[in-house]
Amino acid sequence: MNLEVSRSSTLWCRVGLARQKVFDRRRQTLFLIVFCVLCLGVILAGSAQAAVANQTNLSQRNQAPSWAHPFGTDWLGRDMLLRTWSGLSLSLRVGFLAALFSSLIGLVIGLTAATLGGAVDAFFSWWIDVFLSLPHMVVLILLAFVSGGGLNGVVISVALTHWPSLARVIRAEVYQVRSADYVQLSAKLGRSPSWIARHHILPHLWPQFLVGLILLFPHAILHEAGITFIGIGLSPHQPAIGIILAESMRHLSTGYWWLAVLPGMALLVMVKLFDILGENVRALLDPRTAQE
Amino acid sequence: MKVLRYLIRKLLRLVLLLFTISVLSFTLVSLSPIDPVQAYVGAEMMRIGPEQRQRIAERWGLNDPPVVRYMRWLSSLMRGDLGTSAIYNQPVSQVIRQRFLTSLGLMGTAWVLSGVLGFLLGVLSGARAGSWIDQVIRFYAYLLASTPAFWLALLLLIVFAVFLKWAPVCCATPPGLLPEQVTFAQRLHHLALPALTLSIIGIANITLHTRQKLITILNSDYILFARAQGENLFGLIWHHGLRNIALPAITLQFASISELFGGSVLAEQVFAYPGLGQATVQAGLRGDVPLLLGIVLFSTLFVFTGNTIADILYHLIDPRIRLGVES
Repeated sequence: MNLEVSRSSTLWCRVGLARQKVFDRRRQTLFLIVFCVLCLGVILAGSAQAAVANQTNLSQRNQAPSWAHPFGTDWLGRDMLLRTWSGLSLSLRVGFLAALFSSLIGLVIGLTAATLGGAVDAFFSWWIDVFLSLPHMVVLILLAFVSGGGLNGVVISVALTHWPSLARVIRAEVYQVRSADYVQLSAKLGRSPSWIARHHILPHLWPQFLVGLILLFPHAILHEAGITFIGIGLSPHQPAIGIILAESMRHLSTGYWWLAVLPGMALLVMVKLFDILGENVRALLDPRTAQE
Repeated sequence: MKVLRYLIRKLLRLVLLLFTISVLSFTLVSLSPIDPVQAYVGAEMMRIGPEQRQRIAERWGLNDPPVVRYMRWLSSLMRGDLGTSAIYNQPVSQVIRQRFLTSLGLMGTAWVLSGVLGFLLGVLSGARAGSWIDQVIRFYAYLLASTPAFWLALLLLIVFAVFLKWAPVCCATPPGLLPEQVTFAQRLHHLALPALTLSIIGIANITLHTRQKLITILNSDYILFARAQGENLFGLIWHHGLRNIALPAITLQFASISELFGGSVLAEQVFAYPGLGQATVQAGLRGDVPLLLGIVLFSTLFVFTGNTIADILYHLIDPRIRLGVES
């Protein structure tokens, strides 16, 4: 009897612990999501600094990082922290536009291919294959060249190169949901295709799409920074992070390491924030991991 | 016989792919608002009259409709003539061959290094999952997965070339030397930093995949059985693990050729390494259309070859997978 009580109490204890853990995991995920969104919001606010960031101060040129200038100053005495901040916010906005367009293309093509099937599916699948068999960087350069460079060129080229993987995911997802028993049953019960699309397929796609969109950001931003860095993207009058790093390259041999190291690190942090955000949103939305 | 049929089908696919890409890229290029004559002449535009521009355009056949130009380009392409590069003033095929050979050393070194190192790190981290060494490797791999390649190149340049002065700041050979005078050691010396950059970037993906795969396998029933028979961890990995994880790792490494190519574009830009990546950038920046089109086709061929080799290796290593059976 006594033994019985103690065993049941340990059992309860265990359940309690487990529940505690569930709550912690969930809270941790939510906390990380909020934290990432806040940080990205702060980065976005950097666009307000653009005017200040371009102010030159020739009496304070090439200063190493200090309390007054945490990221140092460049060869024109501009504060690198402010430049990095406004550059990151520009990159963030460009990346957002590109990732949004790209994911919309992916969504439309994935949906069309999977719902129409047959020849249409084969056609779009072929295009997905074509795009996946080209090196990203080469297509980016070709597209940026074709669209004449500049802000539009960057957005167009990044948007047109990042959709295939998401289109593939969406297509597979739609096929999977459509062949599921409950959808088959729903069709047999006389629901129209559009009703099924709205009530069964879209709710399934929406989380996939959201996660896909967020996880497109890091790629979009890195590729945007990449083509801006090699000089095909934005002009020096739009100091995105790629431009800042490309300009710093010319001053490397003089030993002004902070011009390249710190802005690059800030870019890495921003990309990582999106990564963490995407993974946590996925963990929260995916029914397999949401309760862990 | 089956292999032959498989190869023929792959070849047909490649021809169709190259044709699609040639049409697509040619269409895109002819839609471009950039005037090729202006891009070619550049800053000297002021010194050139309209008649001269007209003559250049005529010589390049720019006044014909796009379809005619495409057919002309395609028919000379069939004869192996990719046109003449405006910025290097050489046949495009020759530019690509020279540049590719320079890049090949760089990409090959990085490819092998990142494959071997990534695989070893993945095995180490998977075998000791949860330990501090696993934590360190995973942290490192996750961090590298989102590191911009050109920034890493800049970092290495600052540390090893500017501060430590161990490596040269630029180029593939010491300046002022004829190609015949350059020794192998000097080439290697110049290759080190760009290859290191590409290797470090390439490691992340393969490490994480190998780790995941090894953990799955170590949790399987046949491993439990082997363990019950008294096999130690090394024996488990050596006899049962490697064969199973080598396959996805090799496929992944061949599939990463596209990324490697992209990385080499950026790394070559930072180190002023005169390879194909730098030629791509120059072609894009200065509007060298024949060279750009040539590189697009060539890089497609390159990536396609990589993927096909992966398919064939798959077959050689894993007898369960038969060639020609599309999944």
